[in-house]
Amino acid sequence: MSQVQEFEKALANSETSVAAFDEHGTSLVKRIQHFLHSTPAAVPLIVLVLSIAVFGVTIGGRFFSSYTLTLILQQIAIVGILGAAQTLVILTAGIDLSIGVIMVISAVIMGNCAVTYGLPTLLAVVIGLAAGGACGLLNGLLVAYMKLPPFIVTLGTWNIVMATNFIYSANETIRDADVDVQAPLLHLFGLNFKVGTAVLTFGVIAMVVLVLFLWYVLNHTAWGRHVYAVGDDPEAAKLSGIQTKKVLISVYTLAGLIAAFAAWVSIGRNGSISPSAAVTDYNLQAITATVIGGISLFGGRGSILGTLFGAMIVGVVSMGLNMLGADPQWKVLLTGVLIIGAVAIDQWIRKVSV
Amino acid sequence: MTQEPILTARGLVKRYGRVTALNSCDFDLYPGEILAVIGDNGAGKSTLIKAISGAVVPDEGIIELDGKQVLFKSPIEAREAGIETVYQNLALSPALSIADNMFLGREIRKPGFLGDWLRMLDRPAMEKRARDKLTELGLMTIQNISQAVETLSGGQRQGVAVARAAAFGSKMVIMDEPTAALGVKESRRVLELILDVKKRGLPIVLISHNMPHVFEVADRIHIHRLGRRLCVIDPKQYTMSDAVAFMTGAKLPPEAALAA
Repeated sequence: MSQVQEFEKALANSETSVAAFDEHGTSLVKRIQHFLHSTPAAVPLIVLVLSIAVFGVTIGGRFFSSYTLTLILQQIAIVGILGAAQTLVILTAGIDLSIGVIMVISAVIMGNCAVTYGLPTLLAVVIGLAAGGACGLLNGLLVAYMKLPPFIVTLGTWNIVMATNFIYSANETIRDADVDVQAPLLHLFGLNFKVGTAVLTFGVIAMVVLVLFLWYVLNHTAWGRHVYAVGDDPEAAKLSGIQTKKVLISVYTLAGLIAAFAAWVSIGRNGSISPSAAVTDYNLQAITATVIGGISLFGGRGSILGTLFGAMIVGVVSMGLNMLGADPQWKVLLTGVLIIGAVAIDQWIRKVSV
Repeated sequence: MTQEPILTARGLVKRYGRVTALNSCDFDLYPGEILAVIGDNGAGKSTLIKAISGAVVPDEGIIELDGKQVLFKSPIEAREAGIETVYQNLALSPALSIADNMFLGREIRKPGFLGDWLRMLDRPAMEKRARDKLTELGLMTIQNISQAVETLSGGQRQGVAVARAAAFGSKMVIMDEPTAALGVKESRRVLELILDVKKRGLPIVLISHNMPHVFEVADRIHIHRLGRRLCVIDPKQYTMSDAVAFMTGAKLPPEAALAA
């Protein structure tokens, strides 16, 4: 024990009990806030259950059929996979606007290699995956070494990749029938099987398996913890001995690779391969699923399971409104409300510690 | 001193453009001591400490650790050599748990297939070691080792950072302003923590502006002025106002201290 200085002698009489707070003093709202803080996927899960319940009540048995619910899963498979990739990037406090067009160019490359050039399908898939990974690697190098803001980098590569896609493909669609004849393996994730009236495609299975795999990696490996640490406080992560540049590069590369995998799944779902899909706002849909899923845009917070729930929420809402015969714009409006609501809740949960 | 110093630096120079932060600076740390480093703002304390902890690569000069010359290009290399630093901003990740933070960058993996192939972290082992270390340093007022660091108080966070340094530092621990942001009671805990770490035989470099704290715990005081070591004094032979006078140039240090 060090010698105590004069002014510190008063400490001897100070209260010694440690942090004995009155449990009754914490209101229900505070306890909910703490629960949500420690369980980030809870909010989207609750919203998902609520929206299923609301549409179930208003539409009735038709909505609750396993056929309808699995149809929703089929519709969100692509966005769910892209959302998983987006989640990795957003966890590092970045954003990837190029993810949608990376998917499209990878699909075009896979299709051209297999159908036009007549390469073995498996090789075509590998080339497509490599192309997606290379685009992601470019993003990662620019973010980590050039230290450019991720928004600007991926805004640039979004345009570059989109233009490359149109120039390379001459905007020629590869027909469904040609793919079926020459490279049926590309349609693998479109194959379905029935469990009762439920219809599941391999694409849906792939999405769920991918999300579970990434959940494991993010929570139970050192790399996953580093992804969170880099997004949380990059300076602290660096001083703790994390090679932040390597983490960033690996995250963007993996995001590109997953986007290319989504390309394979999308060929299965769409049948044909169309370069003009590059104008679809896949990247924004993926960001929407991620944000509604409770992944904080400021990095370091959220669970990838939330992204899956977020994608499902969008799927349930659009299917439900469709079945009610509502104007499709209501779906867009509701998505906007959900995004703002999700970010507001995220900000509120963050205040738990302040 | 008859003992060999554990770390010596000779003639360190570091320039930032036209500013010379270190001007042929020397530094010695002996085993088992607490060496305080004091100096005015802008005297170059931080640069000196960064040069030793690997955050800055000096332009000239040599650093020897245990008699062997070393050149750290990053804090990671210094850490691998056994030099741990507790930074002023603590370098903790707020959203991660206490155990995750203590093992950040040097996680323990499960043995066998799970660890080698699935790269699975050995959470129970990490949590056990984190708990042992915190208990050893009398910090078990923290109830839950898996709670996020951002839910801890300032003093508890400091405790976690010090525990991390003490757990992994094999040669020395550098502490940059460990009591700067703390209240009276928490400062006291941290000072006791510093003495606890010293008792374990680890030498400590303490950078602080708080003269009472420095004079209380330090064995020797390195006074830094204008980018170099002005003198090293024994806190028992000089008063705080002497130290401040040397540090600000109001008084010249005695010849004997200059030679130290």
